[in-house]
Amino acid sequence: METPYRPIQFYYQGRIHRVEHAPVTRTLLQYLREDLTQTGTKEGCGEGDCGACTVVVGERVLDQDGREKLQLRALNSCIQLLPAMDGKALFTVEDVAKLLRGNGQLHPVQQALVDTHGSQCGFCTPGFIMSLWALYENYERCPNKETVLDALSGNLCRCTGYRPIVDSVAVAYQQPRAVWDQGPILAALREMAGAPALVYEGGGHRAYVPRNLAELAQLRLDHPEARLVAGSTDVGLWVTKQLRDLGDTLHLGQVAELKLIQVGDDSLDIGAGVSLTDAFACLTQEWPEWADLARRFASRPVKNAGTLGGNVANGSPIGDSMPALIALGARVVLQKGTARRELALEDFYLGYQKNALTPGEFLATIRLPRRHTQAGRLVFRAYKLSKRYEQDISAVCAAFALHLDPSGKILQARVAFGGMAATPKRAPATEGALAGQVWNAATAAAGAQALAQDYAPMSDVRARKEYRLAAAANLLQRFWQETGAPGQAPETPQSLRDFAPI
Amino acid sequence: MNTSALPPVGTPLPHESAALHVTGAATYCDDIRELAGTLHGAPGRSERAHARILAMDLEPVRQAPGVRAVITGADIPGVNDFSFTLKDDPLLAEKEVLYYGHPVFLVVADTHEQARKAARLAKITYEDLPALLTAEAAAAAHAEVLPPVEVNRGDAPAALAAAPHRLQGKTHLGGQEHFYLESNIAYAVPKEEDTIHVWSSTQHPSEVQHAVAHALGYSVNQVTLEARRLGGGFGGKESQPAQWACLAAVAAKLTGHPVKVRLDRDDDMALTGKRHDFHIEYDAGFDDQGRLLGLKVLLVSRCGYSPDLSGPVNDRAVFHVDNAYYLDQVAIRSLRGKTHTVSNTAFRGFGGPQGIFAIETVLEDIARYLGLDPLAVRRANFYGSTPEEGRNVTHYGMTVEDNVIAPLVAQLEKDCDYQARRQAIARFNRENAVFKRGLSLTPVKFGISFTATQFNQAGALVHVYSDGTVLANHGGIEMGQGLYTKIRQIVAQELGIPVDLVRLSATNTSKVPNTSATAASSGTDLNGKASQQAAAAIRERLTAFAAEQAGVAPAAVQFQNGRVTAGERTWTFQELVKAAYNARIKLWESGFYKTPKIHYDSKTMRGRPFYYFAYGAAASEVILDTRTGEYRVLRVDVLHDVGRSINPALDLGQIEGGFIQGMGWLTTEELWWRPDGQLMTHAPSTYKIPTAADLPPVFNIKLFDNANVEDSIHKSKAVGEPPLMLPFSVFFALREAVGATDPTGRKFIAMDAPATPETLLNAIRDLAR
Repeated sequence: METPYRPIQFYYQGRIHRVEHAPVTRTLLQYLREDLTQTGTKEGCGEGDCGACTVVVGERVLDQDGREKLQLRALNSCIQLLPAMDGKALFTVEDVAKLLRGNGQLHPVQQALVDTHGSQCGFCTPGFIMSLWALYENYERCPNKETVLDALSGNLCRCTGYRPIVDSVAVAYQQPRAVWDQGPILAALREMAGAPALVYEGGGHRAYVPRNLAELAQLRLDHPEARLVAGSTDVGLWVTKQLRDLGDTLHLGQVAELKLIQVGDDSLDIGAGVSLTDAFACLTQEWPEWADLARRFASRPVKNAGTLGGNVANGSPIGDSMPALIALGARVVLQKGTARRELALEDFYLGYQKNALTPGEFLATIRLPRRHTQAGRLVFRAYKLSKRYEQDISAVCAAFALHLDPSGKILQARVAFGGMAATPKRAPATEGALAGQVWNAATAAAGAQALAQDYAPMSDVRARKEYRLAAAANLLQRFWQETGAPGQAPETPQSLRDFAPI
Repeated sequence: MNTSALPPVGTPLPHESAALHVTGAATYCDDIRELAGTLHGAPGRSERAHARILAMDLEPVRQAPGVRAVITGADIPGVNDFSFTLKDDPLLAEKEVLYYGHPVFLVVADTHEQARKAARLAKITYEDLPALLTAEAAAAAHAEVLPPVEVNRGDAPAALAAAPHRLQGKTHLGGQEHFYLESNIAYAVPKEEDTIHVWSSTQHPSEVQHAVAHALGYSVNQVTLEARRLGGGFGGKESQPAQWACLAAVAAKLTGHPVKVRLDRDDDMALTGKRHDFHIEYDAGFDDQGRLLGLKVLLVSRCGYSPDLSGPVNDRAVFHVDNAYYLDQVAIRSLRGKTHTVSNTAFRGFGGPQGIFAIETVLEDIARYLGLDPLAVRRANFYGSTPEEGRNVTHYGMTVEDNVIAPLVAQLEKDCDYQARRQAIARFNRENAVFKRGLSLTPVKFGISFTATQFNQAGALVHVYSDGTVLANHGGIEMGQGLYTKIRQIVAQELGIPVDLVRLSATNTSKVPNTSATAASSGTDLNGKASQQAAAAIRERLTAFAAEQAGVAPAAVQFQNGRVTAGERTWTFQELVKAAYNARIKLWESGFYKTPKIHYDSKTMRGRPFYYFAYGAAASEVILDTRTGEYRVLRVDVLHDVGRSINPALDLGQIEGGFIQGMGWLTTEELWWRPDGQLMTHAPSTYKIPTAADLPPVFNIKLFDNANVEDSIHKSKAVGEPPLMLPFSVFFALREAVGATDPTGRKFIAMDAPATPETLLNAIRDLAR
């Protein structure tokens, strides 16, 4: 029988690289630094939290007019596994100036960082350059400061204090726009797309990278023990930090159907392979109340690599999307072979890191009822508490969704928390205290009282249990103050980000 | 800006490696192309905080794929110790482990990954021993790494008893992880005739050189240490890199292969020391204006399992309990707690910040007790500005001769509109129940020089090649602060040439020996002077030569913009150098500098440990959500004294970078240990340094117009550490905001640092009780 294996292939520095013998869990960063001796990209933490390893990955996508374009996104090479690179284009700090084919000239984002004194020790700088370059490529005109900060949310700098780096963006846009020929890259991407779906063997294990749902379903049935890998923003750490052997891996990143977002009349279906970046864009469009949580959720590179399905299926008690999804009545569509079943998201979690998936089954879709389909007026908030504003793991993540009739009576209450139990968990006692009542201060107080019946959180590195309980109750108060309290002028600042100095 | 026509010194030139940084071409230790046969080492770690090792089965480690050697303490050819004292810090613990993570063996394997995997396979049998984990626990048990230190002036108990007001309090100030982006690393290459070349990411090449020699049983001239640049240091690479360099060198000697030891981030955070956390108690007596009449302060620090640099760190804390204030009748006691945690070490400020935090807490408490503006209380305690005024001698007997704190603070107060904003904030706080604002203005006075007098020396080597290009080398380390850039400016200035003619070469113990650590903010002060002296000697010889050629007096010779003029004659610098070479003039020179005036008796803790003081002040405004303890820094104004700046852009970078780093220490950066002594905040996922979103939206920084009164390099002042303390204004602004939840305005606020949302909510709830 003909061997099904072929090399991993991706475009880098003017040619298609073919990787044949690397273990299936070899990271992109290891490959760059150790195998290609391209050492511009640095390892700072090996877990996707510092951004020194940031690279840009290019994929061929269609824009809204159906035209082919190159989508460029920054991500962390230290937790990207090589099979996930198959069929993509890679850009590292060594490439940015060379793309312009200038004679030793720096790219505007590089020159601007020199001009604003944005590097000191310089170790984080290559990662910043890649985040800045991705930003530059994605915005033809200088973006606003919030967009800049968001683009830099995955890059730590310990020397500069960030001000000159943030300032460098405007300086880069003052220079003539740098343009370059994407043609050869798109051609290479098309060429690689012609190869059969990847089955790869390296280091004694296989990596399967199916292209469509039917292939995935079959592979999942045939290899139920293979580790599912989506964005590897968590699984990557099993490799780099726990030094675990993952066995065979089954990659979801190229399954076309899983990358679809379908906005139906009644429901919003988000494929399990949709990136967090794209999923949050969609969720925020339907529910603007997602915006703050979406901003604070992980970092931009992690959101570019990670998927909403991965966050949900991983089922961490501190996964930040689930409380809000549960509060909005999300359901999960699970598939095994060709059979599908649907569960309420809260019922998907059976215990600490245990879920309802059976062998051979996988999460296909996250389905939310659309806003207008629900009775009454929705008031909804999702709050995240952590030591740091962005790119931190929640001490407490809260989501409250109430449906109110015109008199202010609560028709339905859904409350869910992260960081308060072994799984993301609904709050039945609190919901019971709210449902049927008029949404007023007394009801909010009663709801806050009931929280202690719903949760017995633990103390850990992120917070003590006393803080978790007290802050959770106060978040319900905050929810009341923001959504129900009388006399709230619409312009009254509600969030710390709304305040200016006196 | 076009900087080519400006004189090198005083111009905001970019970092000399900036173009390399942004293209990924700057070479750090791990980027050096590895020699064939290079092996990789990883430490095997203790999983107990304090225990006797009963048995160690390393066979599974040896059998793991790729493993070439497993090294224990018994295998070390020389001394199994990397400390300066050669007795407290085993490279590999042998019979007893003293903290959770303590390295007990080193695995050497073909790849970094193989070594890390194998290091986890050891089976070690322990007998647990009692472990002390906090400074307070150590103090209670009288466990100390070094004897207590006391500094007394006058009769503090009598002054306290006689004072009209008296207040006692205590607080706790957390430690800090350096989080340099480049973790500790060393690459050791054995050479002929029992010599070894070691690249190490260290701020202290000579100490590492000595440690490597001791570990190998070599003399110092068999070891060469080299470092071109560090991916950050902040004090964390002063004493700590010796362990990894020694282990790499030992492994290289034992295997005959080049060996690299690069710590994974989690290992780096668990196995290398941090800023000392301090437990602070005080007893203060004061008058109606809040002026201190008597003060007793107890400082208890967590030093970890060994002294490391804890002696001088705690000494500097004692020296800085005054900050900018005159302490008349004072008694300070400093305990150096021995704990079963990693050995704490240097960190930007080196104990100074902890001492300053103590006095700032005292003054804040006094202000609240008296119902006064904390700035008024601070001002009432400032050192006298003139000798006539008196009140200008520190508690360790040094006269403050360069005091500018009063005019500096007055200028900042005006520039940031402190008084009007303070009133507006009081109004805001009366009208808002949920959100509270706080504003605080805090000063800094920081002593410049190593308190260990012998370290205040430096050497340099300047070569002028016969083509007129210049290569400078010195004992300082480039870790991002821009030292090489400033040296380049200083040398170019001295020779009257553009900076592009000057290159810096990697710091290397075979070029300039007996280097001092690049620490204590002293890099430019020391190495700048030494480099200037070397360049000046070459210039003098060129001057004499040019004068002779032109037939004019040496005083008539001028070096400027790459040209040399002598009477009617004029040369390009290159032409003159070429002619001088042909005339057999020596075109290279060494330079040496030692800081004048300083002296100090470590037994009595009296003298002049500092050449001069650097000053600064900051005003910070915050907004606090009283429901959750979340907050945001809204505006920061800084006025800082760098003397006559050699490079204003680099100095600004040190100020704002130091500010944000200090702000992180005091707010988001929390170290957290499990009850069994394991550090759980051992990665950036759990240990949170500031990100770009934490940058205050309004961040005004100005340099204070001031020249150093001492003969420092171009009248500049050191700038590395002092700005780290400016964000005390953030901490105390948060405290003010917490205090605003108490309608009486007078209740004592119990609030430790770091001010996490949890700490702030606890303080708010505490006030409401």
